[in-house]
Amino acid sequence: MLSVSSLECRYGKVAAVRGLSLEVNKGELVSLIGANGAGKTTTLKAISGVLPPAGGRVIFEGEDITHASARRILQLGIAHCPEGRRVFPYMTVRENLEMGCFLRHDKPGIAADLKRLFERFPILDERRHQAAGTLSGGEQQMLAISRALMSRPKLVLFDEPSLGLAPNIVEKTFDIIKQIRSEGVTVVMVEQNALAALELSDRAYVMEQGSVTLSGSGRQLLDDPQVQKVYLGG
Amino acid sequence: MKAAFTIAGLVVLATLPWWLDNPYILHVLIVTGIFIIAAISLNLLLGYAGQLSLGHVAFFGIGAYASSLVSLGFDISLLTLKPKPVWMAMLAGIAAAGLCGWLIGRIAFKVRGAYFVIVSISFVEVVRLVAVNWVELTQGPMALNNIPPLSLLGISFLKKPSNYWLVLTVAVISYVLVKRLVQSKAGRAMVALAENEPLARSVGVDVTRTLVLATVVSAAMAGAAGALYAHYIRIVDPDVFLFIYTVTMVIMVVTGGKGTLAGPIIGGLIFGLLPEGLRAFSIKPEIQWIIYGVLMLAVVYFLPAGIVPALKRRLRWLS
Repeated sequence: MLSVSSLECRYGKVAAVRGLSLEVNKGELVSLIGANGAGKTTTLKAISGVLPPAGGRVIFEGEDITHASARRILQLGIAHCPEGRRVFPYMTVRENLEMGCFLRHDKPGIAADLKRLFERFPILDERRHQAAGTLSGGEQQMLAISRALMSRPKLVLFDEPSLGLAPNIVEKTFDIIKQIRSEGVTVVMVEQNALAALELSDRAYVMEQGSVTLSGSGRQLLDDPQVQKVYLGG
Repeated sequence: MKAAFTIAGLVVLATLPWWLDNPYILHVLIVTGIFIIAAISLNLLLGYAGQLSLGHVAFFGIGAYASSLVSLGFDISLLTLKPKPVWMAMLAGIAAAGLCGWLIGRIAFKVRGAYFVIVSISFVEVVRLVAVNWVELTQGPMALNNIPPLSLLGISFLKKPSNYWLVLTVAVISYVLVKRLVQSKAGRAMVALAENEPLARSVGVDVTRTLVLATVVSAAMAGAAGALYAHYIRIVDPDVFLFIYTVTMVIMVVTGGKGTLAGPIIGGLIFGLLPEGLRAFSIKPEIQWIIYGVLMLAVVYFLPAGIVPALKRRLRWLS
């Protein structure tokens, strides 16, 4: 479904991603793990078109999207849940969700999706008229995930979904991501919490200094002595 | 309740020249109204799209100059233009300001934050220097004189009451235009951009196009205010580009409440009328400005979000 080959990304003169290649098949949950500064976030930005790559190729469902705009890529079905500030703080919950379908024009479809999401996350329904910045961290994360789903993506890119969340919320977030995958949406996730990510993933890539050093199924990587030593504290 | 309040306010404003037969107060109201239009236009850029342009008066001045020049006609080595009717000149002023907004938007939004502020200040300074030095076109510091007043459908906008109504009408149109725009999808995109630009980009907002749209509308509206000013005061010199006018607009927007529709109007009325109001109590000019400054500081300090958001919160709290 998604194929990235010899991807190069630069911030000015600094190379953040050097010759990265990865494959994602339809329906899979794939993780990128690695230390800070390994280039994980940059890779996601390059895929979603937020940061134009300096070299390499990104193919999505047979179409070359290497130099496509973020809008075009979103329209093709890739949604990006960026890390850190996840919501529009002064907009209401509902307005945030509406921003998620900014490029959609099918009003009945949007209304149906909104209704479904509110049924799935009753807390968001309850707070639909509240400013998103007043929600708790966990609720904001739920809102961010819901907003990504509002574009009806085929592939969602999650950047550090567990960052800054309380442990019980982290677990819940991963449950939601699992659910999304089981509904047929392909997921690519960047995660520092390597243990949780590997347990959840079909496959994973280990990144170091801008390229992939190791890849395999989640199970394989969990059992790998090198991974255990460096990322799992074993 | 809100609708009733709005209608009552509009009726008072619209009938004002009949029960307030005082040309001086009317003059103050007209000038304040013109600045409120400019503040409404600045609010679109500053309050909604979140971009602090400290060169906003450039669009005001360009509107004033373009409109005056088209109505007076000019004869320079490049081009000769016969005098045109004032309504046509005003439209030309609006178009010229909008075009400059488009140009500046395309160039300046490659940078953000402090850099954008610096670019906007440089822009107005460049325009001011052109106005001072291109004497053949602008008469430089000698100013453009005898600018004709607007006359439309047999009505001549020479006297104060007619000018008052004209300004009021344009202000209402500007308000409605901004309201419609910010409630549209493009307006949502502007707000999203101001709140969280990377996120806005990731949900598919076209950042450059959205910011350029905001600048063009804002600039054209400021140009309309400038054109109104030129044909009311009937003299334009390079001093229309003074930094203090931009500051006045920013004060109106920020004290009233940036990012609220009523903010620039409330802020504009208070800080536009205040100096004259103080003068009425025959307070010395230097004291007037001290009071003005202290009041402004008080508003910013105690109501950091502005007067309108504070009032709204109070009303909600009461009910």
